[in-house]
Amino acid sequence: MPEPVLEIKTGVSASVKHDSASKHVSGEAVYIDDLPEPRNLLHVYIAQSTQAHAKILKLDLSAVKQADGVGAVLCAADIPGKNDYGAVVDGDPIFANALVEYIGQPLFAVAAEQIEQARRAAQLAVVEYAPLPALIHVKEALAARSFVLPSKKFQRGEPAIQLAQSANRLHGEIEIGGQDHFYLESNIALAIPGEDNDLKIYSSTQHPTEVQHCCARVLDVPDHAINVEVRRMGGGFGGKESQPALFASIAALVSHHTKRPSKVRLDRDDDMIMTGKRHDYLIHYDVGFTDEGRIRAIHFEAASRCGMSADLSGSINDRTMFHLDNAYFLEHVSIESHRCKTHTVSNTAFRGFGGPQGMVAIERVIDEIAYHLGKDPLAIRKINYYGVTDRNITPYDMKVTDNILPEITAELEKTSNYAARRTEIKRFNQHSLYLKKGIALTPVKFGISFTATHLNQAGALIHIYTDGSIHLNHGGTEMGQGLFTKVAQIVAQEFQVEIDRIKITATTTDKVPNTAPTAASSGCDLNGKAAQNAAIILKNRLIEFAAKQYGVEEGGVIFTARGVHVGGQLIAFDELVKQAYFARVSLSTTGFYSTPKIHFDPNSGKGHPFFYFAYGAAVSEVTVDTFTGEYKVDRVDIVHDCGTSINPAIDTGQIEGGFIQGMGWLTTEELVYDAKGALRTHAPSTYKIPTCGDRPRKMNIHLRCVPNRENSVYRSKAVGEPPLMLGISVFNALNDAVASIINYQAHPRIDAPATPERVLLACERMRQRGDNHDA
Amino acid sequence: MNAIRFLLGQKLIELESVSPTLTVLNYLRYEQKKIGTKEGCAEGDCGACTVGIAELKDGQLHYRAVNACIMFLVTLDGKQLLTVEDLKTADGNFHPVQQSMVDCHASQCGFCTPGFVMSGFAEFQNRQCSPKNRLKTMSDEYQTTQLTQIFAGNLCRCTGYGPIIEAGKSWLEQAENTPPQDRACIVAVLKAIEPLESKQQRSDEQTYIQPSSVSELTEVLAQNPNATLLAGGTDVGLWVTKQHKILNQVIYLGQIEALKQIECSSNRLEIGAAVTYSEAMPILIQHFPMMEEYLYRHSSTQIRNSGTIVGNIANGSPIGDMPPALIALNAQITLTSQTGQRIILLENYFISYGQQDRRPDEFIEKVSIPLLGKSSALFKVYKISKRFEQDISSVSAAFYIELDDTQHIQTARLCYGGMAGTPLRATLTEQTLIGQLWTEPTLTDAALLLAEDFSPLSDFRASKEYRLTIAMNLLKKFFIQSQDQSPPTQLSITGDVTCA
Ligand SMILES: Cc1cc2nc3c(=O)[nH]c(=O)nc-3n(C[C@@H](O)[C@@H](O)[C@H](O)COP(=O)(O)OP(=O)(O)OC[C@H]3O[C@@H](n4cnc5c(N)ncnc54)[C@H](O)[C@@H]3O)c2cc1C
Ligand code: FES
Ligand code: FES
Repeated sequence: MPEPVLEIKTGVSASVKHDSASKHVSGEAVYIDDLPEPRNLLHVYIAQSTQAHAKILKLDLSAVKQADGVGAVLCAADIPGKNDYGAVVDGDPIFANALVEYIGQPLFAVAAEQIEQARRAAQLAVVEYAPLPALIHVKEALAARSFVLPSKKFQRGEPAIQLAQSANRLHGEIEIGGQDHFYLESNIALAIPGEDNDLKIYSSTQHPTEVQHCCARVLDVPDHAINVEVRRMGGGFGGKESQPALFASIAALVSHHTKRPSKVRLDRDDDMIMTGKRHDYLIHYDVGFTDEGRIRAIHFEAASRCGMSADLSGSINDRTMFHLDNAYFLEHVSIESHRCKTHTVSNTAFRGFGGPQGMVAIERVIDEIAYHLGKDPLAIRKINYYGVTDRNITPYDMKVTDNILPEITAELEKTSNYAARRTEIKRFNQHSLYLKKGIALTPVKFGISFTATHLNQAGALIHIYTDGSIHLNHGGTEMGQGLFTKVAQIVAQEFQVEIDRIKITATTTDKVPNTAPTAASSGCDLNGKAAQNAAIILKNRLIEFAAKQYGVEEGGVIFTARGVHVGGQLIAFDELVKQAYFARVSLSTTGFYSTPKIHFDPNSGKGHPFFYFAYGAAVSEVTVDTFTGEYKVDRVDIVHDCGTSINPAIDTGQIEGGFIQGMGWLTTEELVYDAKGALRTHAPSTYKIPTCGDRPRKMNIHLRCVPNRENSVYRSKAVGEPPLMLGISVFNALNDAVASIINYQAHPRIDAPATPERVLLACERMRQRGDNHDA
Repeated sequence: MNAIRFLLGQKLIELESVSPTLTVLNYLRYEQKKIGTKEGCAEGDCGACTVGIAELKDGQLHYRAVNACIMFLVTLDGKQLLTVEDLKTADGNFHPVQQSMVDCHASQCGFCTPGFVMSGFAEFQNRQCSPKNRLKTMSDEYQTTQLTQIFAGNLCRCTGYGPIIEAGKSWLEQAENTPPQDRACIVAVLKAIEPLESKQQRSDEQTYIQPSSVSELTEVLAQNPNATLLAGGTDVGLWVTKQHKILNQVIYLGQIEALKQIECSSNRLEIGAAVTYSEAMPILIQHFPMMEEYLYRHSSTQIRNSGTIVGNIANGSPIGDMPPALIALNAQITLTSQTGQRIILLENYFISYGQQDRRPDEFIEKVSIPLLGKSSALFKVYKISKRFEQDISSVSAAFYIELDDTQHIQTARLCYGGMAGTPLRATLTEQTLIGQLWTEPTLTDAALLLAEDFSPLSDFRASKEYRLTIAMNLLKKFFIQSQDQSPPTQLSITGDVTCA
């Protein structure tokens, strides 16, 4: 009788629980501030510039050094190596040296027995500045041609000629605000000195390798002297990609000088003031289109606030350029990108990495066309979508070979009942004088891979111990996204064992070196493959051994949920492992992966920068109170493409969380800088991320699990970033609701974020316009 | 006996000399090395630090979730402090709130999770012992609304909240159907450590005074006119955690039984200085049902569980939400000192920004609110903020109008928050309204005068232009909503469109 097929319960495609779920709810999950504090620990406070742009005339720290409890006071002069933590290019001093370029820039660090002592001591410094003119906003920087990097341009066809000849032409401008990451765990680093000049550093970082390299550079020691570890972060979202290097370096410096352990832990305000955010943009568009609404030619000019340094702004702005097309074929197109230097904190990576801002702009253009022609925006979207067999080349010359948006859109239109609701909303708006409803369907096409090609590599390390338990390590970091769980599922699948046999371990630079950041949604694509490769290597060793030992063909050795079939025999996994050990087979290996197919020539602006695209679409319905500008999101329907999902529960969590974060970015999350360049919204009391009640009451999420056409790990698709951009549907629906005030005769052009204030003022503008028309 | 005594989980703690401004969070994390409770903001806004407090109310244990980050440890005298570490049963099983969260994939990075667990825990425990809730069958919609209120003070940046709400529905059901464990033992301990007498402690430069009666309070206040009065600490806590102030003398009002009273006569409702929002809300909503949503939009469950209404007044902020509503209702406050009592109209308490009509030896004993009675009065309150839940108002407004038999306006009290340096009535607009017919044009015309009554400031919450526009629009909205056949005008907290 054939045995029933037994499958492992925790392999690929199972909704396995997050590996730390039980520890999260019990409070046993350890974050860096929860580690037992080492003996003699110093707490570090970082004193900051109070000027946006100034020469430092005097920095007298003598009183600080004398203060109670102070163990060390360090400034630029105390850096043995390089005073810079720039991730790609220089320009980010650890401590300001003679010049400050933003409010919040580190001037010096005070290490004391208690953090309060350090904070108080820092106030005793005598700092004299000679203020210089400061550029705070993008517009000022543009006017002054102040850039951190040279501007760039993509061009295809003859946009200028075609624009001039278009039947219809519109131009406009949109301001798109930035966003604070608001990870719940603020930045933190703990340094512990070892022998020689070695340091062990616990850092809440998405990029342990960079923290390692940076600390080594700052201290002028070899990379091997620094070992960086992170078990988990309390959220990252891109905010812990390049910036933790600063805080880890300061902890490293303190420990280097004092030979004592030290901890840098920012409180919320310092974290929000001192760390970069999503870039805010000013995007100008000029579009020519046919009477049907098909875009003939378009010109974009996108300028972003990079802050005082380049940091990752080059790649971020590149990604904006790569996503200003979003899902649409732009035949004659030019895209210009300016990377503005301002005297504000250096903006950095944030989920979507510049892509979302590009998409907001093109989605605005589509709506403008629709209102101009008196058509439903969805109709305009559909006729501009990339084709499947033609009209499928992006402005950067990559062919879109896997376009599934037409299918996704069709499904969503049907399941969300879009057409009927659109009609119903129009009817509602005609009868409702004060409350207005809006609806929008917006698509997402997001390129997966690091745009810096060399980062598309990963390593993993697997040991099998003689009892059959498995130790798993890889270069990816866990920030809540469930990466560790997914990679363990992949390894479980290879060995056909349950996941509880696998020990998930902290990311450390001494196990897997030279890693890429866990970013660009690539964590599972890269590290999953690397771990799978390591597992395959070990599996093959076991197969080779078993075949020899039992005298069967290698093809006859099969790993199953019941154990390993060797010819006719069934051998328990542990047993086979033990036998292999006694036969002196190595049970430990590394695995490696590098993404195929990708290349890009920055000079010509052409290439194949992405391995594949991830797709999705959302429909949002909102109601606006036109007395006050307040609004609610009533219902959201999402169809999102995950390829073959490795873990549907985790993927759904990424989609839902990403959507809400995207919605927050475009609605209530407002970063306000005053004229002097001080951020006025630097804590949750003033910076409002979505709460529980902001979640739409009706939220239908459908994972579209059709295998990735590219050979990604188990044909899955990256899901970290793309869903964030589904939140654009809320922004467009708000504009739609306001447009209804004048019967969709014009686009209300609300800038992002669409705070209640912006919405109300747009309502007032629309009403005035309506009055003028009536008169 | 001056020691502060409380239960930390099951363990009795006695502290003889503790800083009155040591927060519960720092005590837990740094002194007790209990690291399950997290710090996300240190200002009461994110909920990562949420802990549970159990205390005796009419001999029963009552639970509440509070923000450990801004709560001072000394205020725990006589109470039980429960943290996420206390929830597992002796045999290692999770509390139903924890288990539901695991089952529903309700954590991602997990940093917010202990806070959510504790908010849920406090609610769960209370539901278990209030059988009146048990009969109610809860619709999905109703459950979501409840959970939204329970968690308004807990931010999660990862999940988008869906799975947390799903988990919530599961444990809400369970709470109704699980009998409470025997709590007699804790009740007995809390009875034994009940602080009946006044206490006083010193720690370095700081003095803590905990009077147990009004006369003791007025006495110590007369002796220490510079002392900081501490009620719920939801303002004072932030002076310490955000402004890093050192408070040398702290007098706590929360152990004075007389100040915990709510009294309701046929025409007035009186709320004592130590009454929290949560304690006052049921009766406030009973008498002023139109304030329900306003009150739920005020801060969060945790803050309302600590903060007092009188503290909101005393603090004197121009953006406090209670004063406009209470001024429109013509409330009075009682200022008490060793030399006697003064009863003044609440609106006269606010002199100018940062200045109130209170002598250093006085404290506010209570606020007294006239009930609406059967009169033909129209009364409404509005709160406008960037975010619906748990946000400080850009503008708040409360309108009280009495009409005569011929629909002419007899009395008008229009009070705004966020429009000036204090909560302020729109005097000019009010005067113009008196004697006029209650019609839309009357209100539309009157609204224009608001620009003369107020010149609000622009700040990071709202611009001057926005504030003025809302102020005017709200007055129009008030009129429309007063009409029987009004079209939908109000977004409800549930997201539904409602006709007011
Ligand atoms: C996260 C968060 C959200 C909030 N949201 C809102 C909101 O939405 N709307 C709003 O209006 N407020 C909000 N607040 C502030 C609100 O909680 C406080 O104003 C609260 O009502 C003050 O009461 P308390 O008991 O906590 O006062 P405390 O903080 O103890 O004291 C406040 C001030 O009043 C003085 N004081 C207290 N009691 C007396 C008395 N009886 N006599 C004389 N002086 C006294 C104190 O010395 C102090 O100066 C929020 C606060 C936080 C932290
Ligand atoms: S730490 Fe954020 S509320 Fe306490
Ligand atoms: S799970 Fe990360 S903040 Fe909630």
